[in-house]
Amino acid sequence: MSEIATEAKKPLPVAPFLKIPDEGHPYLEGQKCGACGEVFLGQRLVCAACGARGQMGAVTLSSDGKLYNFTIVHRNFPGVPVPFVSAIVDLDGGGTLKGNLVDIVPSAEAIKFDMPVKVVFRDAGRKDKDGNSYLAYFFTPA
Amino acid sequence: MTEVYVVGTDMIRFGRFPDRTVPQIGAEAALMALDDAGLTIKDMQALYCGNLGEAGAMVGQRLLREIGQTGIPVVNCANACATGATAFREGYAAIRAGMYDVVLCVGVEQMGKGLLGGAGGGSGIPTEGLLGSGTMPSVFAHVGMEHTRNYGTTFEQFAKVSVKNHHHSTLNPKAMYQIETPLQEVMGAEMISYPNTKLMCSVNVDGSAAAVLASEAAAKRLGLMARAVRVRASAMTSDPYTARNMVMPDFNAVTRLAAKAAYEQAGLGPEDVDLVELHDCFATAEIVHYENLGLCADGEGGRLIDDGETALGGRIPVNVSGGLLSKGHPLGATGIANIYEVTTHLRGEAGKRQVEGARIGLTHVVGMGSACAIHVLEKP
Repeated sequence: MSEIATEAKKPLPVAPFLKIPDEGHPYLEGQKCGACGEVFLGQRLVCAACGARGQMGAVTLSSDGKLYNFTIVHRNFPGVPVPFVSAIVDLDGGGTLKGNLVDIVPSAEAIKFDMPVKVVFRDAGRKDKDGNSYLAYFFTPA
Repeated sequence: MTEVYVVGTDMIRFGRFPDRTVPQIGAEAALMALDDAGLTIKDMQALYCGNLGEAGAMVGQRLLREIGQTGIPVVNCANACATGATAFREGYAAIRAGMYDVVLCVGVEQMGKGLLGGAGGGSGIPTEGLLGSGTMPSVFAHVGMEHTRNYGTTFEQFAKVSVKNHHHSTLNPKAMYQIETPLQEVMGAEMISYPNTKLMCSVNVDGSAAAVLASEAAAKRLGLMARAVRVRASAMTSDPYTARNMVMPDFNAVTRLAAKAAYEQAGLGPEDVDLVELHDCFATAEIVHYENLGLCADGEGGRLIDDGETALGGRIPVNVSGGLLSKGHPLGATGIANIYEVTTHLRGEAGKRQVEGARIGLTHVVGMGSACAIHVLEKP
């Protein structure tokens, strides 16, 4: 094996708000409005909640949260493994995120509203056409 | 400002027409609506055309090539599932503003089969099934599960919506399906996104619907007042900011804002409404919209379906056409098809599914993204 082939390429983030620093752990970045305090995922120039301009500042979102909502997906597009749990999670301190809830039996009986969950970062299991790996976020029961 | 009346309206029977073009499908309903009014394309001063699938392809102008190229202005509208209602509302607004006396509004769609939606692949890989689900059944499963979270609404209660609307469609010869679906069949159908089974998802069909609108002076001049239905309110909203809206589309806030505006414009309340055609794109959606439209108090949606209050013969019949669940949901046509349905009841011409004594009807659509349109119509 050549040196180039053995040197693992750094994975790309699955979404622009997922940050992968050179040192330390991946995290989710949001923006907080200095005028009204609303927290958003990702970049924006103007606050959608109050319309304030020039008030957005980057914040690191919590990796702890509570399950607000879920559905168990049994039918999807060809190639997408089912069943899986599509979950809406309110992060502690602000920000709401949709993702897959994993490490749990995908049944309405096993999953409880408001159950505490953690955001974890794992390989997406999918590559783009150039062979790049991606780091994705998932929710697991806390 | 002048009052605005629906003086002609019709829809084709929804179905699958892969061998026809979008303008051809739309032209059929347009001609039927003109016939219903007893007018011709030469009487029309403008065309408002709603279509989503070919939104960049001048569907309205192509439609005129099928029914008469009179040189009138054409406005093509696209607004997700509120597309047809948007075209109708643009026609309404132009007459109300005094720009035209008589206009034609058409909604048309040709759909494929299968799942709609899905989360986009923003960064080079598809994210559907990786970062949750953005398919339409999943989005509206989340809508229902929020109601379950808040009020304990059950899978069975959601399923009853499908039983009701499929039953209604057995009385509607223009519905895609006319088959009864008992509760155990609905609940036992293939689970798509819990709690929506396949029979709790609207039917992707091709279809078209059209309406001729006239000012009060024109309706009188043309001798069309006897069957004219007055548009008492036309309200449209975009989604106001709510905290989770960007990851979980909030169809409640956008509908509540439109309902408030519509009732204010009409000068009446939900207790005055005799029938409703609302946006039952999935069974879960119908229950939340009972509350959003004020047909019952918050948290009572499940009880409303349990008690049969929204069935034909009940206190406030909802989706007696069969709704999107069974009549079918050709996206761009839906908003005018529900105008046709309500108008037909207010005229007393709805046959076996007639809501007896109906004087006031309400139509509601909501397009994801989001756009909500509500119209209140009044008997002649």
